[in-house]
Amino acid sequence: MSAVPVQTERRRSGGRVWHSLVVFVVLGFLLLPLLATFLFSISTEWDRTILPEGYTLDAYANLFADDRFLSALGRSFAVALLTVAISLLIMVPTVFIVALYVPRLEKWLQTVVLLPFAMPGVVLAVGLIKIYSAPPLAISGTIWILIGVYFIIILPYVYQSTRNSLRSVNAAELMEAAEVLGAGKAAAFLRVILPNMLPGVLVAGLLSFSIVFGEFVLANMLVGGSYEVVQVYLYRMMAGDGHLSSAVIVTFFALVLILYALVLSIGARMSGKKQPSTSGKEEPA
Amino acid sequence: MAGRGSSQRTVTLLLLVPFFLWLFAFLLLPAIMMLISSFRNEGGQGFTLGQYAKGLTHPLYTTAIRNSVLLSLFSAFVGIVLSVFAAYSFTTFSAKARDRMLSISNMMSNFSGVPLAFGFMVLFGTNGLLTVLFKRLGLPFLAFDLYTWKGLALVYAYFQIPVGILMIYPSLYAIRQEWKEAASLLGASAAQFWQRIGVPVLLPGIVGTFSVLFANAMGAYATAYALVTSNYNLLPIQIGSMVSGEVFPRMEMASSLAVILFVILTIALWINERMLRLARKGL
Repeated sequence: MSAVPVQTERRRSGGRVWHSLVVFVVLGFLLLPLLATFLFSISTEWDRTILPEGYTLDAYANLFADDRFLSALGRSFAVALLTVAISLLIMVPTVFIVALYVPRLEKWLQTVVLLPFAMPGVVLAVGLIKIYSAPPLAISGTIWILIGVYFIIILPYVYQSTRNSLRSVNAAELMEAAEVLGAGKAAAFLRVILPNMLPGVLVAGLLSFSIVFGEFVLANMLVGGSYEVVQVYLYRMMAGDGHLSSAVIVTFFALVLILYALVLSIGARMSGKKQPSTSGKEEPA
Repeated sequence: MAGRGSSQRTVTLLLLVPFFLWLFAFLLLPAIMMLISSFRNEGGQGFTLGQYAKGLTHPLYTTAIRNSVLLSLFSAFVGIVLSVFAAYSFTTFSAKARDRMLSISNMMSNFSGVPLAFGFMVLFGTNGLLTVLFKRLGLPFLAFDLYTWKGLALVYAYFQIPVGILMIYPSLYAIRQEWKEAASLLGASAAQFWQRIGVPVLLPGIVGTFSVLFANAMGAYATAYALVTSNYNLLPIQIGSMVSGEVFPRMEMASSLAVILFVILTIALWINERMLRLARKGL
């Protein structure tokens, strides 16, 4: 796959320069604001010169000594972990059952999980505030409304990747085989299907975690200061201390980097374990 | 046997209940409440089309809608052009390099909202890195004001690129692998290839991705909200300020504007669905 015939290689050497340039410019543009933010976070003074006048880690020291930040970080972790755990716990059986036993619902489900794309945070917030600001369910301003709505936000991604991994493990045949061998449906699902789906589901969970961790609109509109998460903390700090804010952003991105590294290593293990069969031909989300 | 089967079926269906409850409580019910509220008077009583009439005629709101549409069209256009070039260039590299490039691009899709606004302030703010650099280089005309429409357009174009690359990459990859080699074996030049095969085959994917990017920008709130000190008149910003910014929330007006936004987004996403179906048929 990687060996390109020598002749075409030579013919394309002009193209090589061009494509390298395009990749460099576009990825460079994408990375530029992050790199600048990083540089800002370790600078002492930086408002007259092109490069910072000096370097320091003070911003990080201050940040991790700030109880308010640490609490916000803890809250973000709590929201993201709970949301992803609940989402996977509910969605994996749901997708499995609908695909195998209630196929009539499948088409409807596929449409419904796309609805969140037509209802971005600011639209969802309108209805949610109306319902959950007053009794009987006044959960506005608590972690529960965030978990509730983030479940919806990550629904398209969780559904799609769960459905894809279900397809790639040939669930129908595996179930049949397990049942022929005398396993009950539940046992067959837990012992045979679930372990095979796990890597794909784990990837969905990690990506969803990064989405929830980075969400600002709903956190700000529905909960704000009464359950301050990292993004809201960042927004409120931004006007005051630029160095501190940039340290928050770099910390957030370090986390994203770790999540993506995990995703990549799971992906590598998956493609390593499987034979080069049809595994790469899954429908793109 | 029959008894066991039917009780098993009941258990199976019961396992679906949590999902439907959740969907109802946090997606369908809010949507229904929003719809009902959009037909109410200020204060939440009666039935009226007045909120929609106001939303579609009052200059404040028509300007907001127009600004949002223009900004979204522009950023989606810049986004799709850059994404197509970048994604196509990705496909010319080895599998390993390709994966790395895609990972970087995907990862940067997390750089949105408040962090994105901050990152651009560091670059293009009044004392920003590039602002100072351009001034030193004697190119002050390059140092534009981030807090204007031009600045907002640049930031919006930025966050479209990773999404565009993610969506358009698979179709570009497919085209590169099979069709281009076949065409060059048959003696077609690069220009001929793109004119006769490449662009027609890619068109549904490009139009579909464009409409998703359009929707992506139409619904975006956090970046503009965090960036702007003097308020931009954008549709999501209007909705947001009516719901949570003002002393007296104007739920009914916000609901009707939110429904208008929902309808615009649904149309854009519907176009994408059509295009996806068309692309599947074509390939």
